[in-house]
Amino acid sequence: MTPIKHVAGRAIPFGRKNVDTDVIIPSHYLKTITREGLGKGAFETIRREPGNIFDTPEYAGAPILIAGDNFGCGSSREHAAWALLDMGLTCVIAPSFSDIFSGNAFKNGILTVVLPQEAVDRLIEVAQTDPIDIDLETQTVTTPFQDRFTFEIDPFRKACLLDGLDEVGLTLAQGDIISAHEAGLRAQLPFLASANA
Amino acid sequence: MSKKLRTLYEKIWDAHVVERRDDGTCLVYIDRHLVHEVTSPQAFEALRVAGRKVRRPDLTLAVPDHNLPTTARRDAAGKPIPIADAESAAQLDALTRNAHAFGIRLIGDADAEQGIVHVVGPEQGFSLPGATIVCGDSHTACHGGLGALAFGIGTSEVEHVLATQTLLLKQSKSMEVRVEGDLGPGVSAKDVVLHICGQLGAAGGTGYVIEYTGSAIRNLSIEGRLTISNMAIEHGARAGLVAPDETTFAYVKGRPYAPKGADWDKAVAWWKSLATDPGATYDKVVVINAADIEPTVTWGTSPEDTVAIGGVVPAPESFADASKQEAARKSLDYMGLTPGQKLAEVEVQNIFIGSCTNSRIEDLRAAAEVLRGRHKAANVKWAIVVPGSGLVKAQAEAEGLHEVFIAAGLEWREPGCSACLGMNPDKVPAGERCASTSNRNFVGRQGPGARTHLVSPAMAAAAAVTGRLTDVRELMR
Repeated sequence: MTPIKHVAGRAIPFGRKNVDTDVIIPSHYLKTITREGLGKGAFETIRREPGNIFDTPEYAGAPILIAGDNFGCGSSREHAAWALLDMGLTCVIAPSFSDIFSGNAFKNGILTVVLPQEAVDRLIEVAQTDPIDIDLETQTVTTPFQDRFTFEIDPFRKACLLDGLDEVGLTLAQGDIISAHEAGLRAQLPFLASANA
Repeated sequence: MSKKLRTLYEKIWDAHVVERRDDGTCLVYIDRHLVHEVTSPQAFEALRVAGRKVRRPDLTLAVPDHNLPTTARRDAAGKPIPIADAESAAQLDALTRNAHAFGIRLIGDADAEQGIVHVVGPEQGFSLPGATIVCGDSHTACHGGLGALAFGIGTSEVEHVLATQTLLLKQSKSMEVRVEGDLGPGVSAKDVVLHICGQLGAAGGTGYVIEYTGSAIRNLSIEGRLTISNMAIEHGARAGLVAPDETTFAYVKGRPYAPKGADWDKAVAWWKSLATDPGATYDKVVVINAADIEPTVTWGTSPEDTVAIGGVVPAPESFADASKQEAARKSLDYMGLTPGQKLAEVEVQNIFIGSCTNSRIEDLRAAAEVLRGRHKAANVKWAIVVPGSGLVKAQAEAEGLHEVFIAAGLEWREPGCSACLGMNPDKVPAGERCASTSNRNFVGRQGPGARTHLVSPAMAAAAAVTGRLTDVRELMR
């Protein structure tokens, strides 16, 4: 995946709570067998609303999305992360994310930043007129108005994002300890170690 | 020093840790991997590009379910009937090709065992108590009803499991949701879990694995426990669990992939040892009185928007937080409901009985019980019953349930995910309502503009009879 160190630019001040992945990308777009081109279906139901924020010209190409609590809840579809990437988004800021969505985002090089609701509210205010800056190395979000918020991130995820690491490749290199675990399973819990009809 | 007291979740977790890193990240072994056509093509493609193989094809089972039409799949001569939607056909074809290319067992669309992955896994004995089970589908939580640690994953994780049979995970916090007491007449497992969604909220379980305990849970069949754990994700928890007990062992025993002979005894002994130690603590405990649970329906566009069938549509101003007020206003606008309106007066034009939440034999029996000798109301235009698998279908037919449905004016279909998410032709028309036994009432979930009211199978049957959301207890004899 593409390394990510720093994201700066306009942020879409969306702010809506409990946005599910059916809203991010409806099921009729899931019939694809590739990861590309899903931006066209992103937030389709919201984009039918006149004057919706996603089609406001000043946010065209914005790299940041600011959302409400529990962003990405519902279906595990990774198409939601692919759709955001295809829209040009590389960072989402929210008070909380669903567990599955944040994992999917991370694996596609999208930075998810968790900040308290007050900080998110302030960023939504700033985003009406000005850009926002996120630095992964120092784990900070700053604005042109001297706002400075720090965020927590899992150290392993941070390292993978900064270096663009291939997680499957990393784990494959640990084949020996996986084989050792399998040998233990065969000895202790043979009924789990294999599945035979 | 005394041994640390552990919960069911902690015991299963510990048994599957391959490596624990200093930052708390664990490499966790996956015992069973279910694969369907929607979330796997990109994972197989990535393996192909990187020249990687599937580490344990024997622990992987592929079943098509989301895109399959629920109308006949073979003509009179036994030839496959082509699928009209080219994209659906291509996705189904990709699953078949990938399963063959990577040596994975496939239950195909014409096989008697085909069905929704979350119905097929337990039914085949492929899903076992104490196992770690994953699938690229958030309702994988379902298998937790057997006491398996089961959760949905994204496509990159599907790729990771295919290649390594492991996942990199952090342990979640633990929550106990205890439901004590007896469920009233007409109150089913679905009502219990809808009630829990309402109590906890859509994000209430985020970061937790929930163990459902208490006498009301213990007294449920495996079908009922699967229904509850299935919707763990709808209150934010990635996984749900019910401790395996004699009900579980009786369900698993003799199924095709279940342990046999000496392995069976070993398995039961280990499953019994998994129960939460007396005195072990959870990070959070929620207690619910079973007597407080009534037949429940949803009014909005989040599974947390629940109300007892005797209740009314809430006013947005009744919610404390401003963003929920705004969400409720949008929901009511989408659902075409007004605050104060009685739920039992809301007319429905469509009925869907099916989905990985409620398509097992017990669900079909509950619906048939209400429909026996009755007919759907004239205003109900479309009503389908979609069994969860070919084996459920065969069992229902052996019991004559299909005749009850057909006599009542409902359509009896082939197994699949169907109108739960409308990736196949089964969709609810825009602006129309559906009393649905599925798991999500999201905007556009059952089709663009479709209005979903989540209910139990008996409640869906009652709505079919009266043409409006109905308290099933009014129809009980």
